[in-house]
Amino acid sequence: MALQDKYRELVDAATSVGVKNLQLREQNNVLYIEGEASGSVKQQLWDIYEKIDPDYSSGDLMLNINSVAGVAEGSRLKVTTNNSNLNIRSGPSTNDNIVGKAARHELITLVRKENDQWWYIKTDDGEEGYCFTQYLTPVA
Amino acid sequence: MKTTFQRCFILLASVLLLGAVACKKKLKDTDIQANIESVLNADPDMKRTMVIVKDGVATISGECKDEACRARCEDAVRKVEGVKSVINNCTVAPPAVVNPPVSDALSQAVADAVKDYPTVSTQLNDGVLTLTGEIKRADLQKLMMSLNSLTSMGLKKIESSGLVKK
Repeated sequence: MALQDKYRELVDAATSVGVKNLQLREQNNVLYIEGEASGSVKQQLWDIYEKIDPDYSSGDLMLNINSVAGVAEGSRLKVTTNNSNLNIRSGPSTNDNIVGKAARHELITLVRKENDQWWYIKTDDGEEGYCFTQYLTPVA
Repeated sequence: MKTTFQRCFILLASVLLLGAVACKKKLKDTDIQANIESVLNADPDMKRTMVIVKDGVATISGECKDEACRARCEDAVRKVEGVKSVINNCTVAPPAVVNPPVSDALSQAVADAVKDYPTVSTQLNDGVLTLTGEIKRADLQKLMMSLNSLTSMGLKKIESSGLVKK
């Protein structure tokens, strides 16, 4: 359980902040920490991870904190791209055609979840399609 | 007079004893089998077992959930009326294998996640992702967050080194 010692601070934090459905397992020299939490808790855990391994190059931890599990259909989402517009696509992959764009910081509505990576959304202008969840942040 | 009485008694006793044995023997193999089947079917862990009874010998086969279930199954069958002995040919089910999601879906998801970082190259091999190339420090955490979330799709490990140029 050397990995649990190496990532002790992270494991302790995940336990104490109450990550839902927290799963810890060690397999083939990789520690898996998985569960559900809010976006801010996820950020907090990732910052601890970065402190322990600044380049994420050890290859011995998979931190899978799902901050989108609790978002309900009909929720408002903010487009949080780095600087560009967000593509709206006809299907749930980057192979599918771009059918529209959402501006950075625009508010859109979650219609349904295809999976944790792709959500079907609707803009206030009535554009609909799939967006990559990495660039969507639930608005409280 | 006494001997006659004794003879009568012995005869009567023999008849009763024979009768009792005969009654016991009356349980047909098919009846015993039906009784065993109802016992096995009542336990969800033993649903995948089968039994055949021949001359009171119950042979059970099929699949039990685990070793404890296998022993429990044998005990339960032994207790059924008419069973003389039990041959336990049950196997223990191998631990459930979680089918890894189609790797195509994972490859596509990896491609989606790195799409905005054209200077990063990926190689996916048996669930292990190797990252090469270059990325800005400010983008690294966000990329890693996306890639780590693919654990749910079967990603096992991410190997990288020197992505952020000093």
